[in-house]
Amino acid sequence: MMAVTMLSRRGVLTGAGGLLLAAALPRRAARGATRIVEDETGPFAPNAFVRVATDGTITLILPNVEMGQGIYTGEAMLIAEELAVGLDQIQIEAAPPGDAYITKELGTQATGGSTSTIATWAGLRQAGAAARTLLVQAAAAHWSVVPDTCQAEAGVVRHLASGRSLTYGEVAADAALLPAPTAPVPLRDPATFRLIGKSQHRLDSPAKVAGTATFGIDVQVPGMLVGTVAACPVMGGILTHVDADAARKVPGVRDVLTIGNAVCVVGDHFWAARKGLEALSITWDEGVNAAVTTATIYRQLHDALDGPAIVAHSKGDARAAVAGAATRVEATYQQPLLAHAPMEPINCTVQVTPERCDIWVGSQVPLRARDAAAGITGLAKDKVHVHNQYIGGGFGRRLEHEYVIQAVQFARQVSYPLKIVWTREEDLTLDRFRPAYVDRLVGGLDRHGNLVGIEHRIVGPAVVARWAPEALLPNGMDDDLLVATAETPYAIPATRLEYARREAPGVVTAWWRGVGGTRGVFVVESFIDELAAQAGADPVAFRRKMTADNPRARAVLDLAAEKANWGTPLPPHVGRGVALQYVFGSYLATVMEVEMSDTGAVRVRRVIVAVDCGRVVNPDQVVSQIEGGLIFGLSAALYNEVTLSGGRVQEDNFHSYRILRMNESPMIDVHLIDSTEDPGGIGETGTAAAAAALANAMAAASGRRYRTLPLTGRQA
Amino acid sequence: MLTLQVNGVAHQVDVPDDMPLLWVLRDVLGMPGTKFGCGIAECGACTVHVDGKPVRSCSLPASLVAGRPVTTIEGLAGDLVGESVQQAWMDIDVVQCGYCQTGQIMSAVALLKANPHPTDEDIDQAMSGNICRCGTYRRIRAAIRNAAGVA
Repeated sequence: MMAVTMLSRRGVLTGAGGLLLAAALPRRAARGATRIVEDETGPFAPNAFVRVATDGTITLILPNVEMGQGIYTGEAMLIAEELAVGLDQIQIEAAPPGDAYITKELGTQATGGSTSTIATWAGLRQAGAAARTLLVQAAAAHWSVVPDTCQAEAGVVRHLASGRSLTYGEVAADAALLPAPTAPVPLRDPATFRLIGKSQHRLDSPAKVAGTATFGIDVQVPGMLVGTVAACPVMGGILTHVDADAARKVPGVRDVLTIGNAVCVVGDHFWAARKGLEALSITWDEGVNAAVTTATIYRQLHDALDGPAIVAHSKGDARAAVAGAATRVEATYQQPLLAHAPMEPINCTVQVTPERCDIWVGSQVPLRARDAAAGITGLAKDKVHVHNQYIGGGFGRRLEHEYVIQAVQFARQVSYPLKIVWTREEDLTLDRFRPAYVDRLVGGLDRHGNLVGIEHRIVGPAVVARWAPEALLPNGMDDDLLVATAETPYAIPATRLEYARREAPGVVTAWWRGVGGTRGVFVVESFIDELAAQAGADPVAFRRKMTADNPRARAVLDLAAEKANWGTPLPPHVGRGVALQYVFGSYLATVMEVEMSDTGAVRVRRVIVAVDCGRVVNPDQVVSQIEGGLIFGLSAALYNEVTLSGGRVQEDNFHSYRILRMNESPMIDVHLIDSTEDPGGIGETGTAAAAAALANAMAAASGRRYRTLPLTGRQA
Repeated sequence: MLTLQVNGVAHQVDVPDDMPLLWVLRDVLGMPGTKFGCGIAECGACTVHVDGKPVRSCSLPASLVAGRPVTTIEGLAGDLVGESVQQAWMDIDVVQCGYCQTGQIMSAVALLKANPHPTDEDIDQAMSGNICRCGTYRRIRAAIRNAAGVA
């Protein structure tokens, strides 16, 4: 997802200055106030991101949640760089819900949209620098010297002339008495970075390979019981009756709970709960969506290719340009509903007492989870404690918090802590889905094969209208759908982008690993290839010609083509495809090499990516995100489609929702371009590249175009 | 009452006969390193060793492994191949979300114990039952090759 113009409802934080010193509380004030100080020896906590205890423990509080993208390491690097500490000297904490962690990019405390590094790049360095400044001031005051004569390194302040030194822990109590800087502190010259730009090992690797990292599903609370849930399989349906007699007789079953649209069986362990769930006899009122099928959804989308639409973006007179073109090219693309299918099924552990509510969960939106729980329980927001855990795959799924609401609704009925774990079947069929879309593009070429204009209509839901209604543009446009469509890497003389909003019946649509970016790159880059073919031009040369004014785009295109030996001969049935994109603030050129058998089987042999994502924080993790993002995108492009029959989602486990496996996984070479531009996002870029490069490679290999996703059979 | 031999320790457990080993490990013995992914032996997140062979613990009743040696991710400490594989994973930062990785590591350790110098085809064959949604396959393959060199 990406919603570039979302505004904070609260207007709390804005860029660099916003993250600064949100909770400056000198030690005395803290003791005088009601604020709970966990470390009674007086930790130095100059802002919401840094804490130094008198015993020398340095804690970095990281505003974004770790779900695989390496953000704990990257954000720790940003703070540590300016705080002048090593990554081996710190401990890290997941940020609690708090206004200090709201970013303007997403308008709430959220991890998503490839925005984390973009949003925190300046602010976290500033937080580290401000803390370091106070620690140095405190040491200088101790020695009665001016701060400028002191230097901080590796958690120690040194007075250069005398050689005296004090650790951060030794000056923490004094530093806590100093007033916070009132203006931004100068940051390091990037030429002197010790950490940023140099690959650092992930901070979470040791725990994750040892099996000791705690994901939400691993949380253990004393007295806890385990529940599993069946919600109405038709969206919008409600529970009318449940016969739980047989379930209650299953050994280990302790409780059967109900809410308006779901039943939860609670047991001593998950197995008892699951056996109990299978023993239930449930009657649903399936409601208005009981007849919805996938065909209903697609028909509605195709019907809106003609008729009224918003003009979301335009440049020049595209209609006239296309009408007057020497050659006209038209193509319609269709993309399916997609599930998230993170490896860690949906889960949430909740304990509600009259005094407080504790929630242990992996959430991309902890503030929303907290506020919703407060609403359900009637507790004040500060009595709801969200303990955010490692996330076993987010991909936008955990930007939703309906499963937290469900867990709190069940847990408030009981006196014990309740861990709810969904089965994989529940996780897939009750997912909130990446929408299906249909796009039609019409382009015109002049007699020399130059692109003169494109008319483009998008039909599909507006995810933003539900997720952040205030961010829907005044004309009704979902700004996420402008990504990769309104702004392309190319100079095109005339463009017109239309949008016909159609909400899908029978499903809730949601963010995914790139919604606008992923779907947009597929249609635009497929179409650019079709135009190149019509013009008789080489796909790289056709794109290159249109990037004369876009040096960053041209540089990645040239590098990827060079590394892929673009233009050299290939064996029979093998084709190369290219995709060029500017999404999430980063430029990528991707060349994919594909082999197709006579029976239509597809093997992706090799992928070459050139990327310019601006200044890089942790280079190896940028590479890792592109590798993984491509595989995620290839799974979807090759195999994935969520279908409905009788209002029920049909794909309910990995045998019917096929995920790319190691034996199908290509070689991937990623090449980073040195850049001093501000950082772009990276987590969703590889995913955005996959379908377009793949479809173009398949076209090159087979001589026919592929306009409907997924590109091959869905079954495992 | 069953006796399970997990990581060299005997545990007496009172569980239903059909209860999969996965849930005994996680919810009865309090060993959450072995993960629940699908419940139908499709994803490999729950991989442990029984008699040294990789098995999907989500679909294996615990009663069937009574008395046989079970090794989980928590039991790799001190094991030469196990620690080599874990080190190889850290050296090239294989993990992303990490949820599937304990299962991946158990599959890799079983492979290298049976076949200390696997070919790429051997690796593909041994590892293709383990899904990684983050798409870390290239690094898993590289880490196994690196561990094969030292184990």
